[in-house]
Amino acid sequence: MIQIIDIHKSFGRQKVLDGVDLDIEAGKTTVIIGRSGGGKSVLLKHIIGLLKPDRGQILVEGVDITKLNDRDLNEIRKKFGMLFQEAALFDSMTVGDNVAFPLREHARMSEAEIREIVADRLRAVGLSGVEAKMPSELSGGMRKRVGLARAIAMRPRIVLFDEPTTGLDPVMTEAINQLIIDTQRNYDLTCVVISHDIQSIFRIGHRIAMLYEGKIVASGTPDEIRASQNPVVRQFLSGSIEGPIKVI
Amino acid sequence: MNFVLGAVDYVGRAVLHSVEEAGRIFQLFLSVLAWLVRPPLRLRPIFKQMEFVGVRSIFVVVLTGTFTGMVLALQTYHGFRMFSAESMVGATVALSMTRELGPVLTALMVTARAGSAMAAELGTMRVTEQIDALYVMAANPVKYLIVPRMVASVVMLPFLTIVSDFVGVVGGYFVGVHLLRINSGIFMKNITKIVELDDIFNGLIKAAFFGLILSLIGCYKGFNTTGGAEGVGRATTEAVVLASVMILISDYFLTALMF
Repeated sequence: MIQIIDIHKSFGRQKVLDGVDLDIEAGKTTVIIGRSGGGKSVLLKHIIGLLKPDRGQILVEGVDITKLNDRDLNEIRKKFGMLFQEAALFDSMTVGDNVAFPLREHARMSEAEIREIVADRLRAVGLSGVEAKMPSELSGGMRKRVGLARAIAMRPRIVLFDEPTTGLDPVMTEAINQLIIDTQRNYDLTCVVISHDIQSIFRIGHRIAMLYEGKIVASGTPDEIRASQNPVVRQFLSGSIEGPIKVI
Repeated sequence: MNFVLGAVDYVGRAVLHSVEEAGRIFQLFLSVLAWLVRPPLRLRPIFKQMEFVGVRSIFVVVLTGTFTGMVLALQTYHGFRMFSAESMVGATVALSMTRELGPVLTALMVTARAGSAMAAELGTMRVTEQIDALYVMAANPVKYLIVPRMVASVVMLPFLTIVSDFVGVVGGYFVGVHLLRINSGIFMKNITKIVELDDIFNGLIKAAFFGLILSLIGCYKGFNTTGGAEGVGRATTEAVVLASVMILISDYFLTALMF
């Protein structure tokens, strides 16, 4: 579905991605793990064309999106939905208008049809009847759920999640994890999740890839990752300060 | 020697940075023009911004315009009295307001009110990833956020300037005729005799140009914000300072070209 081939990216003198290779399978949830500030979000932004790599290719259904102009890139982006870390809801709009935004932009539908879809997506994330609220009236977990409703409004085939459970309490973390699992299954989505929350990783991932020092150092099924002998993976999963990952 | 090299290095970097920034602002301007003519043109966000930039600035523009006209009448009266030219107070106030003070003061007030808000709003949207969200949903932020703000500013600044010109002259009339006892007929006659329609129109062209500057700089600074809440604060301050300075500098050149 998505092939990331030898992606390099530097910001000034700081090398963030140093030859990332990764295949993301269709209809599965791939979780990319790694340290905070290790380039996971940068990689995610490359997948949807928010950043251009210095070198390398990103193929989405065979099309190299790094070479596309804005118009063609926008066509590809319609296949995607994305849930941002803090949800990135438009705070000048109501919840209903937020979820309706991509529909009003791109779908030729009547207002009644749009309202119906908005209600359906909000129901899917367990938030029926909040259309008239403003994002500032919602809790962190609710904002993320509305963000997910907006991300799936256009029935995309791929949804990207940027640290979906960061900053949530354990109960809400589990609720969001379950929501990701259900949404992936019900809408037959290809999901890419970046996270460093160990419990969530094994809960939601069909495949897990570890990004370390700008490269994918291990990837496989959750069982393969659990059994990995790679010292970086072992240290990351155990949360030990002893090992190849330098704390300071 | 090191000190001299250091100073040259500093100046060089500052000049390069300024030239680069000017280039980026111009690039944004071209991008706005391109998105302005690309359909569909959505009127709702433009009207919303016109209300914010224009209607909600009326009070502050009336206040500054009135007192500027009043103080101008007071100052010129004391000066002109020495040459027994008190009758020219009205014309001087009207000419100053329409040519210079109306457009410039209006633009500075709107910069402080709306230009700063544009930088802060867009800056907050940038640091909270709302601008990235627009890109992800295949909606261009220049079309969606910047075009309405610039169109609204360019359209509304001349209207606000008309208001400022009018209340400035009324303020001048009040001080000149009611407080300083200048003959009302002479006050008004000299205005109509000396102030020409071109003076008013050129002032309005200036105002539209200032609207372009304040919105372009406000949006540019906000759109390119980095560094969280502190970055939003910095972008807002820089937008107000840069836009105000550019308004005053461009005023000189526009005046030299027009009058």
